Amino acid sequence: MLKTQSPTQLLRIRDLGLMDYPSAYRIQKQTVAEVIGGSPPCLILCEHKPVFTLGRIATEENFFLQQDEIARQGIDIQRTDRGGEVTFHGPGQLVAYPILDLNNYGRDLKVYLGKLEQVAIDLLRQFGILATLIEGQRGVWVGQRKIVSLGIGVRKWVSFHGLAVNVNTDLGFFTMIRPCGLNVQMTSVAQELGREMDVSAVKQRFIKVFSRHFHLHQ
Amino acid sequence: MIEIKLPELGEEIEKAVVSCLYCQAGDRVKEGDDIVELTTDKATFNVSAEKSGVIKKILVKEGDTATIGQTLAIIE
Repeated sequence: MLKTQSPTQLLRIRDLGLMDYPSAYRIQKQTVAEVIGGSPPCLILCEHKPVFTLGRIATEENFFLQQDEIARQGIDIQRTDRGGEVTFHGPGQLVAYPILDLNNYGRDLKVYLGKLEQVAIDLLRQFGILATLIEGQRGVWVGQRKIVSLGIGVRKWVSFHGLAVNVNTDLGFFTMIRPCGLNVQMTSVAQELGREMDVSAVKQRFIKVFSRHFHLHQ
Repeated sequence: MIEIKLPELGEEIEKAVVSCLYCQAGDRVKEGDDIVELTTDKATFNVSAEKSGVIKKILVKEGDTATIGQTLAIIE
């Protein structure tokens, strides 16, 4: 018989609402220090004001517009210390930054990324969207369209950064870049369902699915 | 003398790219300070000082590929 692991540890939730990228980054780093110091894990949730972020390996060749043109359109550009290439964050996109001690989850970066993808797949299934993995690619996909992007950082085996779920994201922003350095089409929950979803409701579902996968409780 | 090595990052990970050096030879570091950041797949991983001391040597540079177990820096 399969043994079910029961929720043992408290999960703190920090819902930052709509926040600019640098402010949310500062809160992430502060929370990482807390968790390294022994505080319970924390799930930071937010939507960002429009921003293109470049991961450590990102190259500016993946922008189709000049940076001053992007700035003219009111979009911020930030280099950051997550894995991965360039991506877009903006209103209508649920961003989740789990600050977890990966010593409790096997100290395996690929296993952790895989668990995050599974959380997203289960979340989307609750809205009737059949999302899958694509072999050799990271993220979560609906057919050949990408709906969830990932990029993480780890310090002293405590995770930061995380994943972005396109709920009602204006997908037009993704046409200004080569998302994740790939020639891919992006999609969203709204595009797949043909109607917008309340991001708060998606957020609440996300907390439930995430807690279950990581054996945490609120 | 302490050798700072690239630790195991998971079952299927054999190497990672040096994506950021936080210090250089001669720097004084405290236990827990970040020394080197490595990138693999969609993840960055910070390797920190196991003990306080002075960095004697950094054996990698940004852009290098390091294998698991490889010595990245030496602290005296």
